[in-house]
Amino acid sequence: MSSWAAVLFRRDLRLSVRVGGSALVGVLFFLAVVTVIPFGVGPDLNLLSRIGPAILWIGALLATLLGLDRLFQADREDGTLDLMLMAGRPLELLVLIKCLAHWVATGLPLVIAAPLLGIFLNLDPVATGAVTLTLLVGTPALTLIGAIGAALTVSLRRGGLLLAVLVIPLAIPVLIFGVSAADAAIHDPVPFLTPFLILCALSLIAAVIGPLAAAAALRFAGD
Amino acid sequence: MAIWDYANPTRFLRLVQVVLPWLIGLCVIAFAAGLYMSFFVAPEDYQQGDTVRIMYIHVPAAWLSMMCYSVMALSSLGTLVWKHPLADVSAKSAAPIGAAFTFMALVTGSLWGKPMWGTYWVWDARLTSVLVLFIMYLGLMTLWRTMEDPIKAGKAAAILTLVGALNLPIIKFSVDWWNTLHQPASVMRMDGPTIHPDILWPLLVMAIAFTLLFFVLHLMAMRNEILRRRVRALRLRAASAAQPGTAAATAQPAE
Repeated sequence: MSSWAAVLFRRDLRLSVRVGGSALVGVLFFLAVVTVIPFGVGPDLNLLSRIGPAILWIGALLATLLGLDRLFQADREDGTLDLMLMAGRPLELLVLIKCLAHWVATGLPLVIAAPLLGIFLNLDPVATGAVTLTLLVGTPALTLIGAIGAALTVSLRRGGLLLAVLVIPLAIPVLIFGVSAADAAIHDPVPFLTPFLILCALSLIAAVIGPLAAAAALRFAGD
Repeated sequence: MAIWDYANPTRFLRLVQVVLPWLIGLCVIAFAAGLYMSFFVAPEDYQQGDTVRIMYIHVPAAWLSMMCYSVMALSSLGTLVWKHPLADVSAKSAAPIGAAFTFMALVTGSLWGKPMWGTYWVWDARLTSVLVLFIMYLGLMTLWRTMEDPIKAGKAAAILTLVGALNLPIIKFSVDWWNTLHQPASVMRMDGPTIHPDILWPLLVMAIAFTLLFFVLHLMAMRNEILRRRVRALRLRAASAAQPGTAAATAQPAE
């Protein structure tokens, strides 16, 4: 990693964990969603363990979406984004690094919290491991796809809701393969590896499409 | 190049004025023929009875919902790559039409599903992908509505349309996967006997009629959008004439 990239990465990470950043709010939201689901479907532990992977995935999706609207907006408000646009560095790479820092600050805590929340949902150790592994591979894709929505709505005052509407259809494949890989590990109708590898592929595709489209959107929003 | 001749909106409007009456006439004739064939010529299905006639609305609407997205994707390429001035007008005016066709496909599908499958909605792979397509149309329309500057909104929507065009096959594939995993072959398929010519011909005529209807509506919507933008420009000019001091400073005053 070249030096400017490392500097940018550290800056974004530091900003998101300090006062005014939103790194840990996502995890709290994740906890709140998982807590509220049993009130909706009832405290039946068998049911909860069956739909547990799905609950964790939907919770992670919503938590990721909520944090995304600040990905570029804070930088736009204080003018940093304009400096970044004029700096002459490849904007696609810049977006990728910002996404990486954002994921480390908001996505990785979700992955780390998942095993703990799995206990609430009566998941056995194999299922917990599978869900955590799929979240580890899948949440970067959510952040990268969400970066497109964040870049498109960067100039809007309240873009958060629109961002969720735009991003959710694009995130459906990630959700499907994340949940089906976790399900495959628990009661195997298909081998675990097939959906898991497709999930990895989706993350890699998102790592290409996300920065490209987000950089194009930021350029158009800038001029 | 012919397409560049119509980069001038006035010339395009003149072309629309010439083409539109013919297109409307053809569309009416095609609909008259198609509706007559599908109601009186086409036989009843031996299992489904008269409800099979829903197909003559449902299937063309579903085709059009996909064709409309292709038109939007091509127009978006035109906006981003060739910077054609009418490309974003085309994309913007196609979105509500596409959403309407998708909605029509969903509603007629539900009405057909009730007598045939016993339920208005099943989470079948095809239905689910069409529903996702519908949500994407609505999202694009919302994105258009949130930005005041039509040029900026056009570029943003073009990026989202192209990302959606790349993603739609992936979504379709993953929904197929999800569906076979959860409920294999619970839905009756149409591929019992291959489609008989008596049914196929009305269907094709209706498909042509729907396509013509799409082009009529699309040209009309493009014309309206061009006129709407002219009104907007006139209003901006009038506003800046009223306040000469402030308007020169701000390039994009709010309406």
